[in-house]
Amino acid sequence: MLEAVSLTKSYGGKSVLEDVSFTLAQEESLAVVGPSGCGKSTLLYLLGGLASPDDGTVLLDNVPILSPTPDISIILQDYGLLPWRTIIDNVALGLKVQGVPKDERLERARAQLAEVGIVGRDNDFPASLSGGEQQRVAIARAFVSRPRIMLLDEPFSSLDALTRERLQQTLLSVWKQRRVPYVLVTHSLEEAVTLGKRIMVLSDRPARQVAVFDNPGFGNECILETEGCFELLKELRRTVEALW
Amino acid sequence: MVGWGKPIIHYSAVILVLGLLWKLAAMALGGVILPHPEEAIRVFGYALTTQIFWEHFLVSAFRAVSAMVLAWVLAFPLGLIMGSMPKVDRVFAPFVFLTYPIPKIVLLPVFLLLLGLGNSSKIAMIGLILGYQILVTTRDGVKSIHPKYYDSVRSLGGSHLDVLREVLLPAALPHGFTALRLGTGVSVAVLFFVESFATNRGLGYMIMDAWGAMDYLTMFTGILGMSLMGAILYEIANFMEKRACKWMFLRNKG
Repeated sequence: MLEAVSLTKSYGGKSVLEDVSFTLAQEESLAVVGPSGCGKSTLLYLLGGLASPDDGTVLLDNVPILSPTPDISIILQDYGLLPWRTIIDNVALGLKVQGVPKDERLERARAQLAEVGIVGRDNDFPASLSGGEQQRVAIARAFVSRPRIMLLDEPFSSLDALTRERLQQTLLSVWKQRRVPYVLVTHSLEEAVTLGKRIMVLSDRPARQVAVFDNPGFGNECILETEGCFELLKELRRTVEALW
Repeated sequence: MVGWGKPIIHYSAVILVLGLLWKLAAMALGGVILPHPEEAIRVFGYALTTQIFWEHFLVSAFRAVSAMVLAWVLAFPLGLIMGSMPKVDRVFAPFVFLTYPIPKIVLLPVFLLLLGLGNSSKIAMIGLILGYQILVTTRDGVKSIHPKYYDSVRSLGGSHLDVLREVLLPAALPHGFTALRLGTGVSVAVLFFVESFATNRGLGYMIMDAWGAMDYLTMFTGILGMSLMGAILYEIANFMEKRACKWMFLRNKG
């Protein structure tokens, strides 16, 4: 279980995040929505151990997270792929860092790439892939090390609508097989409803936790077409319109 | 694309245009101080069959290549360290940037006194001038690496060594190679200068010796030899850059 306790962070004297707390249980997903630049990415950096909170703590099964760990995978904005490494090397990087033997890591990376629909592109470089393909590679890279928690930082924000929908479904289908709990930050309410079992709304800078909604329709591939989703979206819109 | 076809076509076209301009200039100047290109090329072609030309050529090539290797192995790692370690940079950067504008070539007499009249002083002089370029370009290049790449490796649990191997080194290579490639011109220019003194081997010596004897055809043989060497060094650096940094030469599909 991932637990965020009263997370607070400021940069250069300016408060970015104030008193954010939540728990993420097994097989759960949390979508965090907030306006662009509100501090959502800071929250993920704290959860992933890439930055330290000024106050509060992050616990993974009651153990404090003080630095990045293979137990938590992060999909960064703009995919986070290294342009000088081939696709297969990018996916296998986490395993390489963990000291997994070369043959095994390449085999696992290849299998993970196939799972997200990237086949026969092993030795290409990221720049030769489209944005959607790069995002698939980023998803494969995050899942290949079998993390216990996934963190996704606006993973589909720079993609066109159709590619975004396809990749949301790819993420859901991989999640259904692996059941890895994840926290996703996004500024899109539709994305939050599609990918979040619970949805947390943050205020604009500093980001404070304002409301948490349950999403009973989570997991339904056509969730946006359901009546329940329509009502949830309306409620979310009302909440954010008063805030942002 | 890595290959020799395109450079050969490009060089042929450039040689043709320069040859025409040369011919016009030679006709205008009477063909003595500036010999006609066909005559110079004929003499150059003959020189290629002589042992003495290749002695000069190989001595010059040895000096230039040794200096480039020396500059690379010292300046590239230092640029990498300065660019990635702010504490080290704070100590060394003022030394580098205060001494950068000094024309290092004026130190040649000092180098000759300290390292002698042989190859060492010449190699050290060229290496120093080229090394500055590689150092500054690499250091600035490392500083411009986007933090997301560090985060990318750190988020996977990567250590400092992993960051060095997976981010710093590959991201700095193009900057180091660009400096090396662009530095070939400077290296050959400095080579000519340092070979004008205290030596009786090398293309620079060949040019100056022929100039003193008013043997302009031999002088142009040396000039053409030096141009050929500069072009070969440039293409080798270019080839190495394209091999080591394949990802730089791809079109982004977006």
